[in-house]
Amino acid sequence: MIRFDSVTKRYPDGTVAVDDLELVAASGQITVLVGPSGCGKTTSLRMVNRMIEPTSGTIWLDDEDTASMATHELRRRIGYVIQHAGLFPHKTIVDNVATVPFLLGTDKKRARSTAMELLERVGLPAHFAKRYPAQLSGGQQQRVGVARALAADPPVMLMDEPFSAVDPVVREQLQDEFLRLQQDLGKTIVFVTHDIDEAVKLGDQVAVLRVGGHLAQVATPAELLSRPVDAFVAGFVGRDRGYRALGFATAGTLSTRSEPTVATGAPLPTGSDDDWLLAVDGARAPQGWLDMRASAPAGATVTDGLLHRGGTLVTQGGSLRAALDACLSSPSGRGVVVDEGGALVGTITAAEVLELIEAREPEPRT
Amino acid sequence: MATGGGDVIGDVVTWLTDPSHWTDTRFDTGIITQLLAHVRFCAMALLIALAIALPLGLFIGHTDRGRWLVAAANALRALPTVGVLVLLTVIISPQFQGRTDTGFLIPTVIVLVLLAVPPILANTFAGVQNVDPGVRDAASGMGMTGSQVLFRVELPISLPLIFSGVRSAALQLIATATVASYLPLGGLGRFIYDGLAQQDYPQMIGGGVLVAALALLTDLVLATVQRYVVSRGITGRYANERTAVPDSRLAVLPEAEVARG
Ligand SMILES: Nc1ncnc2c1ncn2[C@@H]1O[C@H](COP(=O)(O)OP(=O)(O)OP(=O)(O)O)[C@@H](O)[C@H]1O
Ligand SMILES: [Mg+2]
Repeated sequence: MIRFDSVTKRYPDGTVAVDDLELVAASGQITVLVGPSGCGKTTSLRMVNRMIEPTSGTIWLDDEDTASMATHELRRRIGYVIQHAGLFPHKTIVDNVATVPFLLGTDKKRARSTAMELLERVGLPAHFAKRYPAQLSGGQQQRVGVARALAADPPVMLMDEPFSAVDPVVREQLQDEFLRLQQDLGKTIVFVTHDIDEAVKLGDQVAVLRVGGHLAQVATPAELLSRPVDAFVAGFVGRDRGYRALGFATAGTLSTRSEPTVATGAPLPTGSDDDWLLAVDGARAPQGWLDMRASAPAGATVTDGLLHRGGTLVTQGGSLRAALDACLSSPSGRGVVVDEGGALVGTITAAEVLELIEAREPEPRT
Repeated sequence: MATGGGDVIGDVVTWLTDPSHWTDTRFDTGIITQLLAHVRFCAMALLIALAIALPLGLFIGHTDRGRWLVAAANALRALPTVGVLVLLTVIISPQFQGRTDTGFLIPTVIVLVLLAVPPILANTFAGVQNVDPGVRDAASGMGMTGSQVLFRVELPISLPLIFSGVRSAALQLIATATVASYLPLGGLGRFIYDGLAQQDYPQMIGGGVLVAALALLTDLVLATVQRYVVSRGITGRYANERTAVPDSRLAVLPEAEVARG
């Protein structure tokens, strides 16, 4: 647990970057600090490992006052990930990852083998280990940055916009992997971002800061989206917050209707009572929609090229947002529901999802 | 003169290849002895300059305190070498009555050190300062102490610039050490000054050629050292790796989309 106890930071030039911050980052959870540029996110984060010293107030790490520890010892207990990874260009990837264990005097061989395991964990193939940072893409470097922060198995991780310097597709992957990793590791994480979508996606708890270093609201993502405390937070979380809040509302077990299907590779069926026919593979995983209005040569089979693949899928038990999106993105207007294993369960319509939305409690909680 | 070009080159070659010019005789000091003397001044000056400029440059770069020293050292370059040499000799050599070599050696080495310090200092400082702030931040954020940041991160990353400073200092020393012969000291400058005085142009030019050859050789040696000392991650001379398989950039995971929708 990290606790900010009326922490203030005033820079020598008089700028108050953080103003009387009270915040608890619970153990084993991701606490996201979010807010517009210059609102004091980085300053707050860096006061935890004392890269910046607070002007007043105390930051507690569990029940220890961070100010009472030697800075380098404090920092070796805290994983630290920054925007451009900040890898050491003169060291190989594996040695980059093993930096803190080396500092702690861990046996080199053991430190390297732990580092290799971590590389695998963050999704980097083993042959990258002997490369140098300049030989990696930005996204790969960022993974190494995360692995390096984890190397000494610190209970606490500080992350300052770790995924903001990579393109949106890679960012999404990194976020998903990060969440999976955290599910295994259960670190106490403080995560800084200026991207509210990232905050809502990753945070167990989101703290919105406003310029001047004031804490505007701390809440779970769902609560933040549905009940922003004031106009600033409402504006910051965005216009489509109502729709995004659906991402946190589970749909329960969707009552689906069974959908006629055709197997890929089978002969093209002729005549159908519907314009669209769902194609599935051998494991009954949906592959795409077949447009029955299109004329096809006799004797043709169902091939990939004929399928409309625009529709998203919703897993049984997924969010209302995913369910609605599956309906809206499906060319047939029917959203495809799959089970945990990815096999077809059935379909559902947007009207049915809307009914579920309307039937929700007026003030959802998670 | 206009037609003498070919002859001059021939004469210089003759002078350089004459074995009697290489070894000492009763009347003349040979090339080998003068070469060693030349190398000796330069090596002494370079080592002293390194001992001063390297720690100073690292300190100033790391702490960002005392920048003015770098500028001040640079201003030293403007001093006229021969003038300083004469001045120092006038002051220093009388202190060494009877041991005239030392009396001349000290001013020579001082002058050379003054020349070698600025490029090493400036490049070391610039090397440390140019380290990516993110890298420095990560290093101390991970719990490196100040000196660990300096020696494990800043120094290795600065090495290419430090080496280029040392190499340019070495070149300048080798060229300038000829002034030692302005005093009654040896060195390759001897041939240049004597050749000039005696209007023995093959000897004069031969001396110049020897200086140039020494400079090239030294640079080659330093470049080789640099190649082995600087990390391949910085030089970009990566080890060959069989990358027949294109990087698996981790395929997009559709179930992640579904789950988090
Ligand atoms: N060293 C400093 N000296 C003076 N003022 C500073 C210093 N560092 C930051 N500030 C100011 O403190 C405020 C908060 O800065 P901080 O870096 O914490 O913002 P941030 O929320 O991380 O912003 P961003 O999203 O742009 O990274 C800003 O107004 C900034 O200008
Ligand atoms: Mg910031």
